Amino acid sequence: MKPKILILHASGTNRDGEAARACELAGGAPEIVHINRLRAGERRFADYDALILPGGFSYGDALGAGVRLALDMHVFFNDQLHEFVASGKRVLGICNGFQTLVKAGILPGQPTADSGPQTDDGLRNSQLATRNVTLTHNASGHFECRWVYLAVNGSAKASFLSAIREPIFCPVAHGEGNFQAADEATVGSLEKGGLVAFRYVDGDGNPAGGRYPVNPNGSVADIAGICNAAGNVVGLMPHPEDHITAIQSPVKSRGGLGLSLFEALINA
Amino acid sequence: MAIRIEVSPRRGDGGVQIVQQAQRLGIDAVHSCRTSKLYFLAEDPGTEQLSRLCAFLLADLVTEAARWDDLSAGEMPPAAAQDAHVVEVALRPGVTDVAARELERGMAELGLSISHAATATRYELEGDLSEGDLHRLAQGLLCNETIEHYTLGPIPPQFDQESAASDFVESISLSGLDEESLVALSGERLLSLDGPEMKAIQDYFAEMERDPTDVELETLAQTWSEHCVHKTFRSKIIFRWISLERHTRVVREVPGMLRYYLRRATEAVDRPWLRSAFVDNAGIIAFDDDFDLAFKVETHNHPSALEPFGGANTGIGGVVRDIIGVSARPIACTDVLCFAPQDFPQSELPAGLLHPARIREGVVAGIGDYGNKLGLPTVNGAVIYDEGYLGNPLVFAGCVGLLPRDSHPTEPQLGDRVVVLGGRTGRDGLHGATFSSAELTHETSEKSGSAVQIGDPITEKGLIELIEAARDEQLYTAITDCGAGGLSSACGEMGKELGVEVELSEVPLKYPGLTPWEIWISEAQERMVLAVPEENLPRLQELADGWDVEMRVLGIFTGDGELHVNYLGRPVAHLGMKFLHDGWPGTEMQAEYRDKNFAIKDWRAELVKLAADAQSPISNLSNLLLTLLSHPSVASKEAIVRTYDHEVRGGTLVRPFTGPEMDGPADAAVLKPLGTWHHNKAFCLSNGINPLLGKRDPYAMAVSAIDEAFRNAVAVGADPDQIALLDNFCWGNPKLRDRLGTLVRAAQGCYDGSLAYNAPFISGKDSLYNEFNGEPIPGTLLISAIGIVPDIEHTCTSDLKAPGNRLYLIGDTAAELGGSLLFSLLGIDSGDPPQMPNEPLARYTALHNAIRSDLVQSCHDLSEGGLAVALAEMAIGGRLGVRVANSELRIANGELSPVEALFSESNGRLLVEVKTEDVTTLEEHFAGLPLVEIGTVSADSRLVVELEGESVIDLAVDELVNAWKRQVA
Repeated sequence: MKPKILILHASGTNRDGEAARACELAGGAPEIVHINRLRAGERRFADYDALILPGGFSYGDALGAGVRLALDMHVFFNDQLHEFVASGKRVLGICNGFQTLVKAGILPGQPTADSGPQTDDGLRNSQLATRNVTLTHNASGHFECRWVYLAVNGSAKASFLSAIREPIFCPVAHGEGNFQAADEATVGSLEKGGLVAFRYVDGDGNPAGGRYPVNPNGSVADIAGICNAAGNVVGLMPHPEDHITAIQSPVKSRGGLGLSLFEALINA
Repeated sequence: MAIRIEVSPRRGDGGVQIVQQAQRLGIDAVHSCRTSKLYFLAEDPGTEQLSRLCAFLLADLVTEAARWDDLSAGEMPPAAAQDAHVVEVALRPGVTDVAARELERGMAELGLSISHAATATRYELEGDLSEGDLHRLAQGLLCNETIEHYTLGPIPPQFDQESAASDFVESISLSGLDEESLVALSGERLLSLDGPEMKAIQDYFAEMERDPTDVELETLAQTWSEHCVHKTFRSKIIFRWISLERHTRVVREVPGMLRYYLRRATEAVDRPWLRSAFVDNAGIIAFDDDFDLAFKVETHNHPSALEPFGGANTGIGGVVRDIIGVSARPIACTDVLCFAPQDFPQSELPAGLLHPARIREGVVAGIGDYGNKLGLPTVNGAVIYDEGYLGNPLVFAGCVGLLPRDSHPTEPQLGDRVVVLGGRTGRDGLHGATFSSAELTHETSEKSGSAVQIGDPITEKGLIELIEAARDEQLYTAITDCGAGGLSSACGEMGKELGVEVELSEVPLKYPGLTPWEIWISEAQERMVLAVPEENLPRLQELADGWDVEMRVLGIFTGDGELHVNYLGRPVAHLGMKFLHDGWPGTEMQAEYRDKNFAIKDWRAELVKLAADAQSPISNLSNLLLTLLSHPSVASKEAIVRTYDHEVRGGTLVRPFTGPEMDGPADAAVLKPLGTWHHNKAFCLSNGINPLLGKRDPYAMAVSAIDEAFRNAVAVGADPDQIALLDNFCWGNPKLRDRLGTLVRAAQGCYDGSLAYNAPFISGKDSLYNEFNGEPIPGTLLISAIGIVPDIEHTCTSDLKAPGNRLYLIGDTAAELGGSLLFSLLGIDSGDPPQMPNEPLARYTALHNAIRSDLVQSCHDLSEGGLAVALAEMAIGGRLGVRVANSELRIANGELSPVEALFSESNGRLLVEVKTEDVTTLEEHFAGLPLVEIGTVSADSRLVVELEGESVIDLAVDELVNAWKRQVA
């Protein structure tokens, strides 16, 4: 049986079709499901082996990228989602999906991810209120679309990523992808804790070192993606789903396929 | 009563951008600017909930801080720091405020019962600024009063007002009015109907023995508007061509330009892959065994001049709905923009105009915002700069869609219901259709609320998903967008054969108080109208709920051939469909085209003289090339294009940027639609536009634009036998003979070009009356092309690939500098314009076969700036040098001087890079066709051109890159 992948669609989601194609090529059985069907109980998170939150502009990102969808996650799916994560099943957030996971406090998450103090209405608001990392406006001040290189951090807790052999070459397309932390100590603890999953690098695999456009948005420590301490939830800003066959590359025979991430997610 | 929440950045960048923009306005005293977001809540949810709201929804506490004041308790926001001045800006009531809506929904999700929210922006400006400066900053930079208002100091919140619905319907007496009074009435009510049209309406109601209602008059004005019936393109035209000696050279009676030049061309070429042309919202061609492609390009000029962000934003929204309106799934966007020079002196800007830099910023942001949020790649376009667009920028927005073959139903059935889907109706864009043939005045914009809206792409995204699902389940029998003329046009058009009855009180409104005629003709965005069999309504409702789209049943297709519009059951309009659609009296128009009397007669002799003059730009061709490369119309558009997502949907195979540095220019885009990866077919999008040439010769502009769009398409791998064209004419007032004269010449060029290239026109659009202070824009024809790329393994880009490869020039170069970029630089208004090439298809077919045979390493077309600019662009893309040493550059028109050979803009030309071992095969492909080897790709990173043994250009590739990217080395 092919692993069943839930690709979540909310108002304003896009790149769900590409994510589905990537999952198919990687050997998964993807299903794009509108959030309203999950709310109605027609589908349940638990019925799937992995969850992908794809890119887009959920609810227009009108109150900040991913913010409204993060609220949906808390209000409607708090328990289901925490059970899903606690079960060790994999979650991948791409671009708007990554923003949503961060804004919802699921990434990087607490060391004990589901133990936030519960308020009387069932909301674990501590993670939201005390969140100390964010994805904010690009240093350039505007949306930007360009191809970048993405290297897996060898010491990431998400060990399944080690199946990715070479840096992934794929586009970014976002206005709020600038990963920032409240302070340097937070960056240090992410690095020490193995929570940095991907970094922007140049074509030779050298660290971007903050250089634009190798680091396209000004992210601290060139962080392009992070994971949780358990290693089963990963988020990243670039779009590996847009480079799953060689013909999609703008520069022939350069850089690794983004497909490798989906293969790792599904098979490793 | 109200809570005011202020969210400010913890670390600001000092508002660098605003400081610079203020300098552009001539205000140098702004040292810094701090921008905060403001949110207003109509009720106070209490401290605990407020802090939750801030943490959950309003503030990103890692980077932002939030505070609030209870305005009803008399609390006021803290005063700004000393030496800081406050400007606060809010949207006018009724303007789409997606942030407020999402806040309201978010609060409901959190269980808070707050009735209304509103938003605003606060600017704290530091510097020695007078009150006058602050008003100038507000009006010139921070606030667009078309859709916003501002205060110096705290802005009072304005929540949507509850007010009683209005059922006011006016009856307007026409009986006994003479033509003059009828025209005056038309002017007063902004109907834009002329004497004969008003007379026809008067006669109709005289026969009915009653007066028309305002709803009826408005319906007729919309349906008969320039925007909806394209009067100019349908009217009979008497065309006179007058020589310099004032002899009439030609008189021709044109029985409607659309019919005679565009549709007739399409019928004449009669391509088997054409599915639908000119009958629907978009043209349709065959793609593969299962799918067709729909393509449409629209203009949104006037709204973009008034409110650049909203105008361009809703321009994209509109053309995307044209594609949804043929049951297709939108999959890609294009945009072509024409602005005045960005460095136009602020002090010389006529009153009432926005600065071209402000227009560009807004337009580009508006396009990106809508296209990116719909998840559509914006992949092809152009940006042209000319002072002629100062009063009237042009915004062409295009969209391509994919639809399964034969999946687009177009016949409503008796008893089907009229269903409106999507956004709510407000006073948006009232009279938008009739504005397209009238001038805006202060009074009209006051009366009509907001003439321009801001789009709501997420609502449109829902429509895209819903309509695709409804189409696949065959739930509707006809579909149309709610564009110009709003529901009146949508229902009137759809019920043309059967007749239709509509109840206006069923229309969901953004706010109460609209009168029936306002509801009926409102051009509120993001709405579609469907004809739905009654038994399908429950399933459609279910799908609509699933995709979060609002749906309402408005009426029924009756079978009586009449239009009945009711409000709360009371008839407010009753018109025969026959009169509505066939009653337009038609007009005859006069056009005149005059030969020009040029100041410089012998332009080739003038060039020889200038070349010898050390003061002239053409005395040093290296410097001249750098000047042309950095000309805004030629230079890299990266700063704009990168703000558009050109990769979403994962099918962009030839993208706007090429080469190892991914910054070289592309000739066209190649796209592979998602869902069709099981075969190798793709399609390409390209365009041709050259208003400079149009000033010299509109006929030459038309054939050249077709050639440009065509050769761009072939250059990336399109099959020249499967290319379709779209026309977009933006012109001045066609009621003036000279404007119409050039328009007719351009339309003639379209006809001749279509036949020569065996390429049909499948759709088109005209935007006329583009004038400011009596000056028309340069008549501008955009030709957009969509072509089939047979094999994604055989596409081509423009960047040079490897040293040692040979460069060939396809096509003849003639001394054709009339209307060229070089002549605009030199201020020469004469010169022979480029002609249509001799048998263009033969060379394009040969090139296509060469690309399919893997002979072509890179390929680039020659357009503005001619051979020299094309060589430079290929070198820039590949970061490789070129050595051109050939004195035999093919000459069609006598001996060419170096300037003519290098900068002439003759059509039908491309450069191709070929491996040495493939040279013979390439030459065989081009046997009997114009092809000449001109040089070699070199590893030395220099562009060197030697003509007649003399080095005329010698530049480092870095110099080319810096000039083209307009960056300092």
